[in-house]
Amino acid sequence: MKNPLDSIWGTIISGLILTAILYLAAMKFLT
Amino acid sequence: MDLVPALARWLHFLAGIMWIGLLYYFNFVQVPALKAAGADGTAAGITKHVAPRALLYFRWSAVVTWLAGAALLGGNFVGAFTFSKGLAGIGIGAWLGTIMLFNVWALIWPNQQKILGMKPATDEEKNKARRVALLASRTNMMLSMPMLFFMAGGWSHRALFGL
Repeated sequence: MKNPLDSIWGTIISGLILTAILYLAAMKFLT
Repeated sequence: MDLVPALARWLHFLAGIMWIGLLYYFNFVQVPALKAAGADGTAAGITKHVAPRALLYFRWSAVVTWLAGAALLGGNFVGAFTFSKGLAGIGIGAWLGTIMLFNVWALIWPNQQKILGMKPATDEEKNKARRVALLASRTNMMLSMPMLFFMAGGWSHRALFGL
């Protein structure tokens, strides 16, 4: 599988997904 | 209004804009430009005159951003990094910013020195350095998105976040 960080759009989409994951994890475990 | 947090916030924003602005410049402009310039033999203009200057401001603005952020947190510094009640949002942003600072100084800068010929390196070492520096830079670009989400909203909108 190609590394998503090899492309700009792959990096942006990875950043959006990571933001959502961290937000959901923070709401579940840190509130 | 306390003078130190006000000045620290101002400096944090000024340096942070320079740091992340240059990070986006590298990823959106310089990397594709170098690819195109390599094809017509004009890459030296960028690697000799532009990249070293951009990297100078990039790595030191990262340090200033982190220090001003630490000053801004003040007595909440430990609480933020340990995700204390009401400080978890800004704490996540602070951790992401800290990882990004580490990437700048431990991965991007040492490898860029090899790529730009500031440090002796074989062609094989340069190729490896190019790969590590690109992935570290892209990792920081990816991390900048949640970092700004939590930094921008984690403090002022913590009631909304519930963090």
